[in-house]
Amino acid sequence: MLDVIDLNLEFHDHLVPETVVHHFNLHMQEGDIVGLVGESGSGKSMTALAIAGLLRRHDMKKTGQIMFCGTDLLTCPRNQLRGYQGDDIGIVFQEPMTSLNPVYRIGWQVEESLRIHRPSMSREDRKEKAMEMLRAVELPDPERIYHSYPHEISGGQRQRVMIAAAMICDPKLLIADEPTTALDVTVQLAIVKLLKKLNREKKTGILFISHDLSLVKRLCERIVVMKDGGIVEEGSCDRIFKAPKEIYTQNLIAAIPRCEKPAEV
Amino acid sequence: MKRKNLNFILGSILTGIVLLVVLAGIFYTPYDPTAMDNANKLSGVSLAHPFGCDNFGRDILSRVMKGSGTTLFVALSTVAIGTFFGVLLGAFTGYFGGLLDEVLMRIIDVVFAFPSILLALVFISLLGPGKGNVIISLGIAFIPSFARIVRSEFIRCKNMDYVKLARLAGAGHLRIMFVHILPNTISVLVPAVMIGFNNAVLAEAGMSYLGIGVQPPDASLGRMLSEAQTYIFSAPGFALFPGIFIVVMVLGFSLLAEGLKRD
Repeated sequence: MLDVIDLNLEFHDHLVPETVVHHFNLHMQEGDIVGLVGESGSGKSMTALAIAGLLRRHDMKKTGQIMFCGTDLLTCPRNQLRGYQGDDIGIVFQEPMTSLNPVYRIGWQVEESLRIHRPSMSREDRKEKAMEMLRAVELPDPERIYHSYPHEISGGQRQRVMIAAAMICDPKLLIADEPTTALDVTVQLAIVKLLKKLNREKKTGILFISHDLSLVKRLCERIVVMKDGGIVEEGSCDRIFKAPKEIYTQNLIAAIPRCEKPAEV
Repeated sequence: MKRKNLNFILGSILTGIVLLVVLAGIFYTPYDPTAMDNANKLSGVSLAHPFGCDNFGRDILSRVMKGSGTTLFVALSTVAIGTFFGVLLGAFTGYFGGLLDEVLMRIIDVVFAFPSILLALVFISLLGPGKGNVIISLGIAFIPSFARIVRSEFIRCKNMDYVKLARLAGAGHLRIMFVHILPNTISVLVPAVMIGFNNAVLAEAGMSYLGIGVQPPDASLGRMLSEAQTYIFSAPGFALFPGIFIVVMVLGFSLLAEGLKRD
């Protein structure tokens, strides 16, 4: 479904071009959950933005290929890219506080992708679908939340709303860019469980980006470790945790805070 | 229960009075505002003429009613032109940035460098005096301030995550600009429009006072002030009442703007 082949990202807004991602390869099948881990500045978010087609074309040089369902997202016309965005590719950002437009009700924002990609849908159908999504992300009292403004609900609820909005067109790929970083630990776990449930039920592929290996371990089948814009190590979750080959990966694993009895997902 | 917003209440009352007078003036004035009456030249306050009469014997109350309407209409049209084009310019320059932004904003800087009255004078000298031309020239002079305000708000908003997400939902540029970002600028735009309206009232009065605005025999508050200055001692009411109306109008809208800003 998703094939990233030899992706290079270079900034050209300084005198000296700066490479932030080099020789990045990734293959995802439908329904895969892949974890992309690495420290701050390792290029994982840039990679995600590139896959989502969010990087402006003029201030960045992009080489390689991002094949999504047979189309190269880097070279396809803007209209075609827009057709995929929101419909087949959804994204959830790190910061739930700024990810929702403060002047619109939750329902309106959840429905936005439908309004753009399914213009023939009636108002009632849209609302029904939005309510279904709000229920699917296990929000309490979805009717009230549908009519609320973003400042009236909590951070964890907002992140659930974001997931509902990203999933409303039943995308093939959900990019979760550190979706749990701004939340407290119990809510983090709940969000990860929710993502796993959505993956099972809707067969959505999830690219989960995080610096928190303990969360990645609970969620992902495959892990890609990044450092300084390149891939350090890649492999199945079990293999990486049992026998990390690279020193950097070992250090990352060693840095996970230990708990006597980790909860089971 | 939140504290009562005194500014807002006072502003509403004053603006309400002005609007009532203007609305009444459209349908009814005690006398024909342009009818002259030689017997009552410069007569003071009386029962027949509550605000007195001017140097041609025209009823000042009727002229204030009509004149407020003219002033209000000119100010509203001016602000409407300024806001409309200002929002368009600000939205495009702020959202897209780059060369377009540089070129348009430098042009706007040049326009902004002149005081708005002076700029309007230049346009009037090109277009000729008259109500329509005053509206056009003041409108153009008002565009830069709105454009700048809207532009800075767009720059602030365009990097917010919700705008990125809107783009990711597949929304086009126009939809992002006017559906997703514009409503977020309202909190800044509304007070700016109110203050712009005040400036427009004063600018119109100033231009009519200089004799290049509304042409006689039409009444406008500024026009009446300029006619009254010769008689300021012999008939103080002639200058006083139009002046009071300008003050009430501007004060009312200032207080309203201030009151709205609080929330």
